[in-house]
Amino acid sequence: MTHNEALFKYIIRIGDNSLILGQRLSEWCGHGPVLEEDIALTNTALDLIGQATSLLKYAGEIEGKGRNEDQLAFLRYEHEYLNCQLVELPNTDYAYTLARQFLFDHFNYLMYQELLDSEDKQLAAIAEKSLKEVTYHRRRSSEWMIRLGDGTQESHERIQAAMDDIWEYSGELFTGDDIDQMMLDSGIGVNLTKIKAEWHKSVAEVLETATLEKPKDDFMQLGGKQGKHTEYMGYILAEMQYMQRAYPNCEW
Amino acid sequence: MVNQTHTEQELWELLEQVKDPEVPVLSVVDLGIVRKIERIDAAWEVTITPTYSGCPAMRTIEKEIEALLREHHIPLVGIKTSLSPAWTTDWISEKGRTNLRAYGIAPPENEVDKSVLFAAPLVVPCPKCNSKNTKMVSEFGSPACKAHYQCNDCFEPFDYFKCLR
Repeated sequence: MTHNEALFKYIIRIGDNSLILGQRLSEWCGHGPVLEEDIALTNTALDLIGQATSLLKYAGEIEGKGRNEDQLAFLRYEHEYLNCQLVELPNTDYAYTLARQFLFDHFNYLMYQELLDSEDKQLAAIAEKSLKEVTYHRRRSSEWMIRLGDGTQESHERIQAAMDDIWEYSGELFTGDDIDQMMLDSGIGVNLTKIKAEWHKSVAEVLETATLEKPKDDFMQLGGKQGKHTEYMGYILAEMQYMQRAYPNCEW
Repeated sequence: MVNQTHTEQELWELLEQVKDPEVPVLSVVDLGIVRKIERIDAAWEVTITPTYSGCPAMRTIEKEIEALLREHHIPLVGIKTSLSPAWTTDWISEKGRTNLRAYGIAPPENEVDKSVLFAAPLVVPCPKCNSKNTKMVSEFGSPACKAHYQCNDCFEPFDYFKCLR
């Protein structure tokens, strides 16, 4: 693998995480439990899709085959998406949606913090911009953990069950491969071992305040970063890509 | 083509006419998203920066800048987007802040260090009655750049332009 191929995939992974989670969150549009939450989730989705736009646009430039951000977002096949499996999990209910968001926000925050010092100046610029938004996401989802965990008996049970269920998807965030290593060696990528420790610490702190039990690290689901996805992924793409597949090159 | 030369200062003044479509009392200059106006040979290049990554107003703003310059027969090389340094609400001008308040939107307050996960709640004075007895209703208002508040004294619900740093 050449340096540029690795860089392309590295940026695609970050971009796809934002894109797919943004798409997932936007499913809540018009279905939020209260109006303010409906607006909050869709605004978070908007931030994520905005970040995905910057990242996929840049990935297209690195690839140099003339693909723009829209072509990358809407015209790839499932195995070409390199997001982690966590972000493609279904919304299920509000507890699952927020547990997923909480685990991801803490990772995203730490990752962008590290990317500020990336040797790749464009990636550092995108990180600088995105970090301001992700900081807000992280605070919001953390506050929700406390509200639900330390709330009623039912809210406590449901958020704990959601956390226990999706925990096995958190390990992928920190499982590196040769692409991660190449990017780390060239000073572009982040040190996953380092942010893993910080992530466990900050996640544990919030869960403790929320009177929730931090699940034990056991078997972890892997593969999304290499293009192997859960059975839920195809449905997301079917909906997301429908317009471009049915009406190629259609524009607003 | 009309043979006309403009100064950079004239262009800055001209761009005051382009308003943020979400907040029509703020010009793009007051909002601080026009970063640079540069002459390249016989034409101009305008550099803008987004407020939020996904802000849907950015494309409208670009189109409006293009249209305005075309109307004034000012040749444009293009509109460039820069991400770094990232926009902060500190770049909103004093005039912009005054206009926001008059329009019923509370301008950004100086917030404490954002790296602290749970900071003390922020006091946002009501733009109508100036009372400091207000409460946050939602972390997000209509667009991503605002939060929703309500005044406990005059009961006015209002938008707060969030501090971003």
